[in-house]
Amino acid sequence: MTEARPGAPRRVAITGAGTINALGHDVAATFDAFREGRCGIGELQFRDVDRLSIRIGGQVRDYDPEAHFNRQQIALYDRFTQFTLLAARQAIDQSGLNFNGNLGYEAGVVLGTAAGGMNTWDDNYRLVYEEGKNRVHPFVVPKLMNSAAASHVSMEWNLRGPSFTVSTACASSNHAMGLAFQMVRSGACKAMVTGGSEAMLTFGGIKAWEGLRVMSRDACRPFSANRNGMVQGEGAGVFVFEDWDHARARGADILAEVIGFAMSSDASDIVMPSQQGAERAISGCLRDARLNPEEVGYINAHGTGTAANDKTESAAVAHAFGQHADRVMISSTKSMHGHIIGGTGAVELLACILALRDGIVAPTVGYEEPDPECALDVVPNVAREARVEVALSNAFAFGGLNAVIALRRA
Amino acid sequence: MSDSASVKDRVIAIIAEQAVLDPEQVTLDSSLEDLGIDSLGLVESIFAIEEAFDISVPFNANDPSQSEFDISSVAAIVAAVEKLIAGQTA
Repeated sequence: MTEARPGAPRRVAITGAGTINALGHDVAATFDAFREGRCGIGELQFRDVDRLSIRIGGQVRDYDPEAHFNRQQIALYDRFTQFTLLAARQAIDQSGLNFNGNLGYEAGVVLGTAAGGMNTWDDNYRLVYEEGKNRVHPFVVPKLMNSAAASHVSMEWNLRGPSFTVSTACASSNHAMGLAFQMVRSGACKAMVTGGSEAMLTFGGIKAWEGLRVMSRDACRPFSANRNGMVQGEGAGVFVFEDWDHARARGADILAEVIGFAMSSDASDIVMPSQQGAERAISGCLRDARLNPEEVGYINAHGTGTAANDKTESAAVAHAFGQHADRVMISSTKSMHGHIIGGTGAVELLACILALRDGIVAPTVGYEEPDPECALDVVPNVAREARVEVALSNAFAFGGLNAVIALRRA
Repeated sequence: MSDSASVKDRVIAIIAEQAVLDPEQVTLDSSLEDLGIDSLGLVESIFAIEEAFDISVPFNANDPSQSEFDISSVAAIVAAVEKLIAGQTA
């Protein structure tokens, strides 16, 4: 192995992946659902759901916190932190890395979340406002902090380098993973634990979303002409990004290579997306990864299932890819796991890994009617076998914060 | 309070506030677009109407034209609100 000169960009390997979401409690179960085109969206089950007009979501089922955490931990871990820790454990176990020695000083954790400890806010507001209690549990603050999950990951695995949380609404995870990628590529860190988590399926969380009137009451049908809004999910996705040479030297199994990342801001509207802003992020990512559009085989779309996003994203992809837009496959797995908001980019990166590693392109399920404004190959309803060399993952958040990441087959 | 004139005046007052116009400037045949109300302003107007009349307006921002609630003009909105109020008391 030749030693790269100091300061030269490093290659970045993904050596571990973990998840818990509506499709399953680990990567294998999620891959199975992607292969089968299985939808994890169903009736929401939580307190006061009968007072909501939106009653469907991609909820994590059959989840028992006590099977994973002791009583003291549960007192400190909001649901979004629990999801993060479970996904991080899978990813770090798979990577085989041990951070207890010097490596711990050269490794950190960057995670995305939009709402952080929403369950903790919701439960405790209920106690003081609705039930009139004048005392709350002493750990309410450390439990609800947006950065709590990153801190607990750092503590659990002795990650002593740069650790923080980014919050850019629906692009949080992509921004987090992009920053982690840049830190490994620049040589600032040997490894980063990165991804994101969201657990907003609570009465207050969904009530707030209802107000915007962009939620569907029946299904998430991205790119389909009869789509009528987004469906929210919950869960986490966490990865280990590692210096390529470091991973190779220890004989690690490399799941994929991270090759590019770009961000842009629309600077225009707090909810409406901009084609130009999205396009600049896509083109910027291609440039960062030194890719021609023809090299990209698959795009995991932002694909929320709202009228506005899907047509804007389709136009942005069509323009950024030019003639190749007719050949690239693009699917929205939100149709299966729901929109996991700040954690969604992380769970969706799994679909890119599945495409690159196993040659299976996850479908856009719930697709019923072609929409001339979304005239791309959206891999409707059924997964497809294809050899994919490069995959992109799009995230375009409310407020015009865009982040696109590129992976290559390892 | 529930007579037609007052429903009309109150709907116009809500729309005028969103459009930052005087109520006299909001005519029955104007569309929300004419009045400079964008998608966020529309969602806020519908919220204000629901609160003012204690009704639930069937409206999905993804496809306003397919919603059961007609928003094509101020007159259409007034009529739709009156219908919803009538449906509630019936």
